[in-house]
Amino acid sequence: MGQRSLFDARHLRWVDPDGMVGLLVAGTIAGREQTHLPRLGLPESHDVTGYLARMGFFEAAHGIFEFDPPTRRGHGGRSDVLLEITSVASNADVHSVVDRVQGQAGMILSSKLGYPASAAVQFSVMLSELCQNIIEHAGAPGWVAAQAYNWARRLGRYVVVISVMDVGRGFRGSLAGEHSARYGDRWGDTTALEAAFLHGLTRFPDSGRGQGIQQIRRQVRRWDGAITIRSGTARIGQVPEWDDTPPLVDGLAPLPGAQISIVLPAKAQGPETGDGHG
Amino acid sequence: MRELPHGPISIDVSEVLGEVLGDVRKSVTSLYSSLVTRPTGRAVRAAIEMQLIGAGSVSLSLIDFSEVAIIDFSCADEVVAKLVQQYLDEEEPDAFFVFRGVHEPHRDQIETVLRRQGLAAVVESHPGIFAVAGEHSDAEARVWTVLEERGTIGEEEMERILPDPADREALANLVLRGLAFRGPRSGRVTALSRLVHNLL
Repeated sequence: MGQRSLFDARHLRWVDPDGMVGLLVAGTIAGREQTHLPRLGLPESHDVTGYLARMGFFEAAHGIFEFDPPTRRGHGGRSDVLLEITSVASNADVHSVVDRVQGQAGMILSSKLGYPASAAVQFSVMLSELCQNIIEHAGAPGWVAAQAYNWARRLGRYVVVISVMDVGRGFRGSLAGEHSARYGDRWGDTTALEAAFLHGLTRFPDSGRGQGIQQIRRQVRRWDGAITIRSGTARIGQVPEWDDTPPLVDGLAPLPGAQISIVLPAKAQGPETGDGHG
Repeated sequence: MRELPHGPISIDVSEVLGEVLGDVRKSVTSLYSSLVTRPTGRAVRAAIEMQLIGAGSVSLSLIDFSEVAIIDFSCADEVVAKLVQQYLDEEEPDAFFVFRGVHEPHRDQIETVLRRQGLAAVVESHPGIFAVAGEHSDAEARVWTVLEERGTIGEEEMERILPDPADREALANLVLRGLAFRGPRSGRVTALSRLVHNLL
């Protein structure tokens, strides 16, 4: 067993759902190799600790990190938290996510992004399929979180960011048994992501399967959003014109499991300025 | 209608969902309106199939989604596509379905899962307004509309109403695909919406 890790977040000044959920994944992976839980040094910024508290980070981090209880729970008041960090390990968790997000989603998607009222249903459907991807393919727990931000400087619009990560076997591991042979020497993280993301392949023989990611892509495209999936050493994405993320990258640091990131932009610019949490 | 051994039955999906999830979620009744996750869909379909066992050798069911707030693609595949598919055969099907309350929020999911498997189903998209969702040819759509407007077409009037042989073939396809009912004795083809009218 390795030495105990320290995750030093004392100087953290800003964090988004990808950062928070990624921290939980990193802590979980590190903890597998150690006899004690990794140590987490909490941010000194009260704004950041307050935001982490609002997002339910400390509850989610319990049992993953050892950390001193935050002294201040930060700001109350208005929040654009769409979905606090939620552990996803069973189908009941997916039901819980969908039920929790419905009311808040309708309000935020309408007021911040200018989406029609029906978008709340499509958003919930998308979250459901994202969470099921963890349960059906990862074989290990994961987390989901969503938040609205004003990306005034980056995009000039409000966005909703959704992050889903798991500590499972990854796309290559999920698909290897059924599909690796046909790819031969080309089989790897990149081809596995292409198979699932572009071609809708799944490890299940049922012809009704494999459409979750395809339908998520379609909905994200309708909203002019961006979606990327990172697994193993590769990342694949569907990026709109406003995003300069490369659609395919390999040679990244290995990521056990998978990370799905979605950014949904507002239809029109919001009235507020300055990037920051809501 | 008279040639169905038993009358059509109505199955409220939200009630079935409540029963399926009741054991684990009984404390929060509002949760029952979300038809999400594949295992949930599988359980709902199994519960519907149990109700169909007692519905006779040839059955017609009104599957009601009116009280369902959300249905995801996985559940749509399990509850709609797989339900329709398993009763199709080379012969005329022995179970017919009309899906009620397929409003705009549900329509895309149900259309998508049906098309993916080359299936189609009769749905009530607005109160009293029926449509064919899923995969269908232009001729099938045209003939289905004629049948829907008339309600029923007897064998003796078939050639007059559908003079084009291709249209008569399309009508036969509608029956084979479970989108219209042909009386086994009279040969009269009836729109499914007409057969479930008394349940609406």
